[in-house]
Amino acid sequence: MSKTINVALIGNPNTGKTSVFNALTGLNQKVGNYPGITVEKKQGSCRLNHTTKAHIIDLPGTYSLNASSMDESVVIELLLNKNDKDYPDVAVVISDIENLKRNLLLFTQIKDLEIPTLLVINMSDRMVGKGISLDIAQLEQKLKTKIALISTRENKGIEFLKTCLLDYRSLSKEGCLDITKIDEAYFGNLQKVFPDQSLYKLWLVITQDVNFAKIQRKKVQDATEYKTQPIAHLKRLQQKETIKRYQFINQSLKETYTVDQSKATDYRSKLDRILIHRFWGYIIFFLILLTIFQVIFDWSSIPMDFIDESFSVLSEYTKTNLPPGLFTNLLAEGIISGLGGIVIFIPQIAFLFLFISVLEETGYMSRVVFLMDRGLRKYGLSGKSVIPLISGTACAIPAVMATRNIENWKERLITILVTPFTTCSARLPVYLILISLVIPEGKFLGMGYQGLTLMGLYLLGFVMALLSAGILNKMLKIQSKTYFVIEMPNYKLPLLKNVLITVFEKTKSFVVEAGRIILAISILLWLMASFGPGKEFNQAEEIIMSKAKVESFSAEELENKIASYKLEHSFIGILGKSIEPTIAPLGFDWKIGIALISSFAAREVFVGTLATIYSVGSDREETIKNRMKAERKPDGSLLFDLPTGISLMLFYAFALQCMSTLAIVKKETNGWKWPLIQLFSMTLIAYLSALIVYQILT
Amino acid sequence: MTTLDLIEKNQLGKIVAIETNLLPLKLIEMGCLPGNEVYLEQHAPLKDPMYLVIDGCHLAIRTETAKNIKIELI
Repeated sequence: MSKTINVALIGNPNTGKTSVFNALTGLNQKVGNYPGITVEKKQGSCRLNHTTKAHIIDLPGTYSLNASSMDESVVIELLLNKNDKDYPDVAVVISDIENLKRNLLLFTQIKDLEIPTLLVINMSDRMVGKGISLDIAQLEQKLKTKIALISTRENKGIEFLKTCLLDYRSLSKEGCLDITKIDEAYFGNLQKVFPDQSLYKLWLVITQDVNFAKIQRKKVQDATEYKTQPIAHLKRLQQKETIKRYQFINQSLKETYTVDQSKATDYRSKLDRILIHRFWGYIIFFLILLTIFQVIFDWSSIPMDFIDESFSVLSEYTKTNLPPGLFTNLLAEGIISGLGGIVIFIPQIAFLFLFISVLEETGYMSRVVFLMDRGLRKYGLSGKSVIPLISGTACAIPAVMATRNIENWKERLITILVTPFTTCSARLPVYLILISLVIPEGKFLGMGYQGLTLMGLYLLGFVMALLSAGILNKMLKIQSKTYFVIEMPNYKLPLLKNVLITVFEKTKSFVVEAGRIILAISILLWLMASFGPGKEFNQAEEIIMSKAKVESFSAEELENKIASYKLEHSFIGILGKSIEPTIAPLGFDWKIGIALISSFAAREVFVGTLATIYSVGSDREETIKNRMKAERKPDGSLLFDLPTGISLMLFYAFALQCMSTLAIVKKETNGWKWPLIQLFSMTLIAYLSALIVYQILT
Repeated sequence: MTTLDLIEKNQLGKIVAIETNLLPLKLIEMGCLPGNEVYLEQHAPLKDPMYLVIDGCHLAIRTETAKNIKIELI
């Protein structure tokens, strides 16, 4: 009989918790969300022996059970709820050998919850370099637990960890701290009111509400009414508790954990001296960004061209080899063109996530936060806003979620509101295709005009984000305490496996999420372009035929005439035509209008939409770019000329065309107020700037 | 006695008292407690934020927070 045990991985950030998770589960993992909130939920499975499997849940990193963010509160809600299906049979606390003392604070808290707790000490490979020695047997005795000393970098100790998990029943459930020692009167009283409850759990429930006063969340237990003490007193008790815990930890580590400073090598300070130097630090950061954008543009162009070509060949192949009919058309013109519009993103998104995860894994991101904090504060942002602003270049959704570790609500809100201005990867294909259409190929100082334009658009996004942050900072009257605490982790070489899994998981979820929307919209668009009301659409052939000079057209020209007449009078054509007066001053025609409308679901739909619109009725095998190049205005000049191209790029740079971003902002700000303000003002800015630029250039 | 925001490089301080109500619990839990040693690893430009090592823990805080931590130099 096979059985499954629930294992929860818990630990401070930067302890290699995710590495342990990856080492145990490999690719047997799935990333989802906790119901109702957007906290990432990672779970996976691992076979311990022939009869036992472990269901492993990787809880968000936290410094203590006293949660100060939504991510952290997930940990405590699970650990306090015995009825949760994920409630762990065994809790595994991951710590890192260098910061063992601080890591043990969380360990003692978990232990006091009376869950069998196993201590993993990671990064044993660093012991020699740091001159650290550890008496494991004695430490196990003092902490009343089993210890697995492992190194995920050298892949050591993982098998031993598995045997420890199998043997979880032998782990002691004894706590570390007698909580009544903190304040005998207070806790004695509490025990009298709730005689059957664990005091520490009660204490957690009571203090959670102190930390969470401003955030709505479901009550963990009914005991929350028991708040007879003023908050200041509770805070003093929390501090006393922390002191007591450290006393216990210091006692435990006293004879068991020793550091021989003479053997320690310190490359951290040396690196820090350069990487956060007041001058070189900024230069290095700027160079890193420059390299990233250059690489994304250069490296991904080859696979992207290949994907573009392949999909047009595939579409053509389908058309010629399947029996002609409605279904074949839907497949070739709607579905395959639409899918091409998603798949084409994969190279860029993968590269972006690759760089971002490397920057995070190495510990460099914390240095950037440190460098930028003072400068960004002028704009009402925090140094920690750097991470959302940089990851916003991949996608605004994870970026908005990454604002969670900004402690100050006003700084966090401003970051959330301006992050969608950064050039996300969904804008990239729009930019790429427009740049290749309207910007000449020449070179300036060794840099191509096209590459420079792209770089300029990225800068524009950042500048716009900063400017609007500055304005919001002046306008918003929100008082909140400015806390800013960030750990500066030691530098690490990124683990290839971690980076690859991150890139794979993030790219996959982007393609699947965005793919659904794009596919649905492509099919809808195709349907709306293939059908129309009234005789204008249904008798298009007769109408064209009856017109004068029909004889002078070749058969092919005639066919094109009919197809475009049909498109103009299809449902989508009517829709596009109806908004044409509004967007004509920006240099857009009704076909671009259709792309704009469909882009309001997600901007990456733009290229796919145009592909679908232009491929309806076209027989030849053509890439999207060539089809767009061939488009003409009624007067015969190119539709995509410089003014229209620039105006369109500006519109896409500033408009909030992404339903998913609106949804996530709604979740993170608890209401529709902020996302609606954001949508309205960004659209207005986009419209006005496109209008002004187009009118100046023509 | 002085406050932590005034500490200079190559000075070693010992935390004497903290304004519990004005400090985030997180900072306290990272080891910012009376009796622990602290030194300055590096200032960011314009001397803010500060990159500190408190009881072996490397972290950065703003000077306005550091003002609420009383230290004595040793």
